[in-house]
Amino acid sequence: MLINAFDDALTLIISADSDLIEILLLSIKVSFSSLAIAGMLAMPLGTILAINNFRGRKLVITFLNAMMGLPPVVVGLFLYLILSRSGPLGILELLYTPTAMIIAQVILIVPIVASLTYQVIEELNREYNDLFLSLKISPQKAVFAYLWDARYALLTTLLAGFGRAISEVGAVMIVGGNINHLTRIMTTAIALETSRGELSLALSLGIVLLTITLLVNAIVMSIKTFAAEKGYV
Amino acid sequence: MSDPPLIEVADLSLKLNNVNILNSITLTSTNPGVTIVMGPNGAGKSFFLRCLHGLTTPTGGSIRIFGNTILGTSTNQAMVFQKPVLLKRSVIENLKFASQATTRRDSIDNALSLARLKDKEHFPANVLSGGEKQRLVLTRALLREPKLLVLDEPTASLDPASVQIIEQLIQDFTGRGGKVIFVSHDIGQAKRLGSEIVFLHKGKVMEHSIASDFFNNPASEEAKAYLKGHIII
Repeated sequence: MLINAFDDALTLIISADSDLIEILLLSIKVSFSSLAIAGMLAMPLGTILAINNFRGRKLVITFLNAMMGLPPVVVGLFLYLILSRSGPLGILELLYTPTAMIIAQVILIVPIVASLTYQVIEELNREYNDLFLSLKISPQKAVFAYLWDARYALLTTLLAGFGRAISEVGAVMIVGGNINHLTRIMTTAIALETSRGELSLALSLGIVLLTITLLVNAIVMSIKTFAAEKGYV
Repeated sequence: MSDPPLIEVADLSLKLNNVNILNSITLTSTNPGVTIVMGPNGAGKSFFLRCLHGLTTPTGGSIRIFGNTILGTSTNQAMVFQKPVLLKRSVIENLKFASQATTRRDSIDNALSLARLKDKEHFPANVLSGGEKQRLVLTRALLREPKLLVLDEPTASLDPASVQIIEQLIQDFTGRGGKVIFVSHDIGQAKRLGSEIVFLHKGKVMEHSIASDFFNNPASEEAKAYLKGHIII
């Protein structure tokens, strides 16, 4: 049975099955969109936390660290309550759309990327702080400089965020609804097909998911190795 | 009305973690050349320089440079640290980052040539040798067109060729009317460059005199012992 399922799964991949491609493309769209939005929010946030010493900073850092372990189903539930027809944002009619799935993933990724960015930039700040003070660099210019100079280290933080997004099931299942041809992505499809006993599609999606994760990791590692060899890390 | 003293320090004190680092330092410098700050390790030389540059806020007393009270870093001044701090970028990018908006490209090219770094302008700064890094940070400081250059042991453990280039850059700067305050343990260098010497011991100014007077006839026992290479307690 297992060998047959693998056989069928490989056939689906090789023949570029239309359902599989549709699910794959939506997964990539949702994960990369949420990663891009989360990166734009979380990286400046992590940098500001690392280079500014304001009241309540430690509280924000502790909160962000705690949010790294946020249970996805809880995020999904709260977002469901907010986006449902009777919820405060029900008027936007976002429930069971890819947008709702992106919002859920952004909420889950932001604490991870912000917290890891904070750690990277804090270390760089110890090196650069006196120089920037000495050169009277403006706070805005400093934020951009930190983000740019830490870009290779920050790739790892994005990688962690991507890992969370691409593998997430609970929140996107609740707010996306796993609707065929609309909000079905790789993880929710795997969960559904497995429960239905349709192992070939589940396995083919699993293989594709693993390949994407390995590929993204390999690309990031290659970039980091290249940067280290060139002396930019 | 006569010009104010170049450097005017009154009753400067610095206490960190209940330890007195600087004890009521008072000195006035009207000498336009290079002021060398000497003294054994732990004398407070680096903290004295940090206070002069506005990087460390003193516990008491005041500092006036070119008649202006120092309350933070100023664009009139530039500092070079003992350990060169370089952005994780190319040589030319390091210079462009610190340059004023009005700095012309030919000024940068000229500065690179003077520092003998023209052929390495596109190299990552982190792969330069120790001497090249220190020449680069000095060039970066000079591009800011400061009136006062604060140097904390910029030639410590550098090869003679790099020391010679750095000394030449300093002499060119003072030749253009710039003031330099420079920490050095190198007696030969202090004799070559210094027009006056400030000798610190245990956070106090033990001597402040014309360089030739200091080397030919040191007044304090501590300075005599220091110049003979004895350990001072």
